[in-house]
Amino acid sequence: MNPATRQVIYFDNNATTQVAPEVLDAMLPFLRERYGNPSSMHTFGGAVAHDVQRAREQVAELIGASPEEIIFTSCGTESDSTAIRSALEVRPGKRHIVTSRVEHPAVRGLCRWLADRGYRVTEIGVNNEGLLDLAEVEAALTPDTAVVSIMAANNETGVLFPVERIAEMCRARGILFHTDAVQAVGKVPLDMRRNAIDMLSLSGHKLHAPKGIGALYLRRGTPFQPLLIGGHQEQGRRAGTENTAYIVGLGKACEMARAAMAEETIRVRALRDRLENGILERVPYTRLNGNREQRLPNTTNIGFKYVEGEAILLYLDQAGICASSGSACTSGSLQPSHVLSAMGVPMAYKQGSIRFSLSRYNTEAEVDRALEVIPQVIARLREISPFGPGKKELLEAETTGH
Amino acid sequence: MWQYSEKVKDHYFHPRNVGRLDDANGVGEVGSLACGDALTLYLKINENGVIEDARFETFGCGSAIASASVLTEMIKGKTVEEAEKITNQDIVEALGGLPPEKMHCSVMGREALEAAIANWRGEKLPRHDEGEVVCKCFGVTDAEIKRVIRENRLTTVEEVTNYTKAGGGCGGCKPQIQKILDEVISAERVKQPRKRLTLVQKIKQIEEVLDREIRPQLQADGGDIELIDVEGDRVFVALRGACANCPSAGFTLAQWAEKRLRELVDPDLVLVEAEA
Repeated sequence: MNPATRQVIYFDNNATTQVAPEVLDAMLPFLRERYGNPSSMHTFGGAVAHDVQRAREQVAELIGASPEEIIFTSCGTESDSTAIRSALEVRPGKRHIVTSRVEHPAVRGLCRWLADRGYRVTEIGVNNEGLLDLAEVEAALTPDTAVVSIMAANNETGVLFPVERIAEMCRARGILFHTDAVQAVGKVPLDMRRNAIDMLSLSGHKLHAPKGIGALYLRRGTPFQPLLIGGHQEQGRRAGTENTAYIVGLGKACEMARAAMAEETIRVRALRDRLENGILERVPYTRLNGNREQRLPNTTNIGFKYVEGEAILLYLDQAGICASSGSACTSGSLQPSHVLSAMGVPMAYKQGSIRFSLSRYNTEAEVDRALEVIPQVIARLREISPFGPGKKELLEAETTGH
Repeated sequence: MWQYSEKVKDHYFHPRNVGRLDDANGVGEVGSLACGDALTLYLKINENGVIEDARFETFGCGSAIASASVLTEMIKGKTVEEAEKITNQDIVEALGGLPPEKMHCSVMGREALEAAIANWRGEKLPRHDEGEVVCKCFGVTDAEIKRVIRENRLTTVEEVTNYTKAGGGCGGCKPQIQKILDEVISAERVKQPRKRLTLVQKIKQIEEVLDREIRPQLQADGGDIELIDVEGDRVFVALRGACANCPSAGFTLAQWAEKRLRELVDPDLVLVEAEA
């Protein structure tokens, strides 16, 4: 069957999401007849500026911000890079960055790049449930600290971090605080009027807008240095002609997320729990990776002992089920997930870890179908595996962590 | 996503000869959970030294399962002497190719086969007590790295990592791998003195390399390269079209073309840009 049209059960929404049909409809006029440049002096172009402004309001409303605090960017990574590099520019002389050990590569890779260029980087660890220790964050802050960047929700486990508390600690010390919230925005409520977060990154394609559009929230009054320099767009804070269709799409997606969040959270959480509990009950030798309560409603990360993650994904894929894994084989780097490693997840579960991430478009029938398939897949791979009960047992260190 | 051949897919979705072999008289165990893959190979070898039956158990990705599965098919019915000649490249070929990053799966297959045969002979595992560990993350020795470089004619550290995993963890041993590569490559060169090419052969081979490797990419960007003359080891070329007007592209291009010509035709060649 054509892979593009084959019916799939899509449980990989933390990787990317389906573009909502309403979002696409909102975008299309700007890819067809309304192609004008919002900076133009003629009405044909200038009128598009109203739609860009409307989208800015929609994004702002979702997170309780003012429209002028929203800067449109090309993606979450650009938002992260803009925020962190701006903070270092506006705090000249300060050479210290605090981040966590479980950040997305967009932040982690940048911080390591900065460390190679003379910045001192402190990576805060997490406990075995993936939770961050606030005291450790506080202890890491020094007069030399320019910026703290800690994610709002982890992409692999869904675990939530106390970013509002950290933001307060930073504000009290005059340190800028940035959070990569691409997994949290649209899934959990955020109200920028009631917290002290200075900068926040969000990404369109994680909330049913297309890839290639993101935004940076920049609190009013926060000193700022743009990453892209040139034209006057985004009030001189991000040069480059506005990606109008995608901006309109992001606005629509944020409006939909806001309208549906309360109801959706309950429904998606129930589906996720049904899937998670079903797997843990039906498949022996499994464990949940990450804290059960402080978590995104759509994500579950499960470790299957004695089997390897990529092999699980291939077999699931054959059954039309999309998920992702933290095993070494899938990463291409030969190293298993840095997030699960930071949590001290034992090797036996880490190599066989699978993340299922749901969305509003998933159904109970899909969950039930997956619950039929998954136990069969794991049983089949355990037949092939040399490890297991009654076979070669694993070393103590492999099952309990190092 | 990995691009697996149909043959690889067939073998991981329908692995042959899975499971323990209770009357095995040769068992080879390689890899570990920490390495991300492990393979146990069971052989039943008769009194004439023929492998009557072979089975396997694998913990690992699709290509690890497929490599073990195809290996059992390849060795069944062969004598031990015949089976011993199987290299990891033979496994790769039988699978219709593997992604470069997955070559280590074929190496694991070959290692398990050797271990099982050694076990049948009552010998100690070959190579494991031999040589010094270079890659501490994955426990790979210099003897193993040297062998894989020779058998697969590897030339870069990245390839060594793809085939053995060495250097794929913390990366701290990469300089050492480079040193081993340099040693093996220069030793191989001494062993096989190059045949001197006649001028006509040389020109023909240079043209072939330009045609196959260099020109298609240039033409895609609206440029071209022309061979003007060859004098001894000096190759005179002219850049045409878009390439001629772009000094920086021209420079990188010349370096790249020279590298490929040295690898594929003669390591002493020097590329000289002729005035068009």
